[in-house]
Amino acid sequence: MEITSVGDSALIVRVRDCFEDAPEETLKEVLDVFRRLENARIPGVIELAPAYTTVAVFFDPVRVINATVEPNRASECLTQKIREALTRGKRKQSKQAAAQAIEIPVCYDPEFALDLDHVADHARMSPNEVVDLHSRAHYLVNCLGFTPGFPYLTGLPKKLTTPRGATPRKEIPAGSVAIGGTQTGIYPQVSPGGWNVIGRTPLRLFDAQKDPPVLLRVGDRVRFRAITREEFEELKS
Amino acid sequence: MNLIVTHAGFRTIIQDLGRIGFRQFGVSSGGALDLHALRTANLLTGNDESVAGLEFTQGNIRLRFEDERVLSWCGGDYEVCVASRSIPRGHSALVLAEDELSISGPQQGWRGWLAVSGGIAVPPVLGSRSTDLRANFGGLEGRALRDGDELLLGEQSDFARSLIDLLNERRVSSWSSPAEWSSTAKTKPVLRVVRGCDWDRFDASTHHALTSETFAVSPDSVRLNGPELHRNDDLDLVSEAVAPGTVQVPPGGWPILLLGDCQTIGGYPKIAHVITVDLPVAAQLRPGDTVRFQEISLPEAHRLLFEREQELERFRIGLSLRNK
Repeated sequence: MEITSVGDSALIVRVRDCFEDAPEETLKEVLDVFRRLENARIPGVIELAPAYTTVAVFFDPVRVINATVEPNRASECLTQKIREALTRGKRKQSKQAAAQAIEIPVCYDPEFALDLDHVADHARMSPNEVVDLHSRAHYLVNCLGFTPGFPYLTGLPKKLTTPRGATPRKEIPAGSVAIGGTQTGIYPQVSPGGWNVIGRTPLRLFDAQKDPPVLLRVGDRVRFRAITREEFEELKS
Repeated sequence: MNLIVTHAGFRTIIQDLGRIGFRQFGVSSGGALDLHALRTANLLTGNDESVAGLEFTQGNIRLRFEDERVLSWCGGDYEVCVASRSIPRGHSALVLAEDELSISGPQQGWRGWLAVSGGIAVPPVLGSRSTDLRANFGGLEGRALRDGDELLLGEQSDFARSLIDLLNERRVSSWSSPAEWSSTAKTKPVLRVVRGCDWDRFDASTHHALTSETFAVSPDSVRLNGPELHRNDDLDLVSEAVAPGTVQVPPGGWPILLLGDCQTIGGYPKIAHVITVDLPVAAQLRPGDTVRFQEISLPEAHRLLFEREQELERFRIGLSLRNK
């Protein structure tokens, strides 16, 4: 497992080089590393963040230096502690918190589905077939980022792979469900973006007043359920 | 008691030392783009260093105070006045009830940080009072300040009260912070960098271009225009963590320097990272400014940071002795 520095206050533990050939196993390994490091409570480590193939370790260099006898080898010492935490009790898997299975209601109404026709043209199928494929597949949250709570989901049926738009839109409405390359995702807040929008969910994916502030976490399983415009309005209120 | 925003200026936002522990959900650390400046200004007002203050970008700001407070500011080359008395950077100053503070400029640099004794008492969101302008939460309603806003100020510390007595006659302190903490805008800024995790994806001539040539901040302040940096491979990289100081290189070849408000992940190769000690200088770059990079080792970056923390600790002790 490669461990490299990201500036003077963070490291990346690279669990695998690539995730697309085995998203599920990669995710499992990444979450295992995440939990082991969380449980290790290494002095000076401030926070951890998983993303696809890596776990980022943010630390306070001053506290790491204070915790070591060799101040000019702070990074090496921290790397050593990380490796120890990862090999300790290697045989038994870390206790995995139960991943949630979450259903996201999506209205694929033309008013919300700004790029549904484009995705359908690209896949050489009808818009209804796109909706059917999209809402029948099983997805996994591999990463949260871009904006707070934005989930990157793998599991998109290959036929629906659609390149991002050449010119990003200045404003994509909150709740927009979209396809970007081989992934699908949901815009939690109004933001610029280049993904192909095919529907909208009435659910709130990010709420800063809640702890945790997100509806979906890395590792969760997701399915989409097609809803009508009436159901959308009902769930929204 | 309140601080009344008569003129909010171009972009004035409430910031503290940032939000820790929520990157896994895609929430930026945020906080003052020059954390050291806010910490310094806070200490000079008798605050705990983590209290929320104001980060401003460009001048034309007027603030009115409803009661006696100590204030201090650091950052670009601004003119800050209270009742037509100029307040130099990195000092402690007294404002009386109904005094108006004005901020104009800057001649050089781009941002400034103002601390007020007691701090800005907006409710913390996810453990911080920082404004997140991308997701619109924290600070005051998740937005930049507007004309007419009223900000509740927190309770002043005993230290702040004794500073008020000390400053009663002269209004502005004789003591100050080290000038390099309070005044960070440079005529010819050089940012020290350590190698990024994708350093080896670039060849020696590109490394040389990065560390020997001059870059200019683009008009939208996103890119650094200069020699184009191209990597050896064209592999699609999996998105992974970025951090304040990351210098990433999009396909066009002009690098992007990320600061504390950056998103949590990125998919562009990371050629280098500006060291934490130099982020205050980076926070002063404005469109059109030029900048150069100089490579140092990671242990050197850590040594510089460790030394500066020790200096800050000595400064903190020095201030508290003054109070005895």
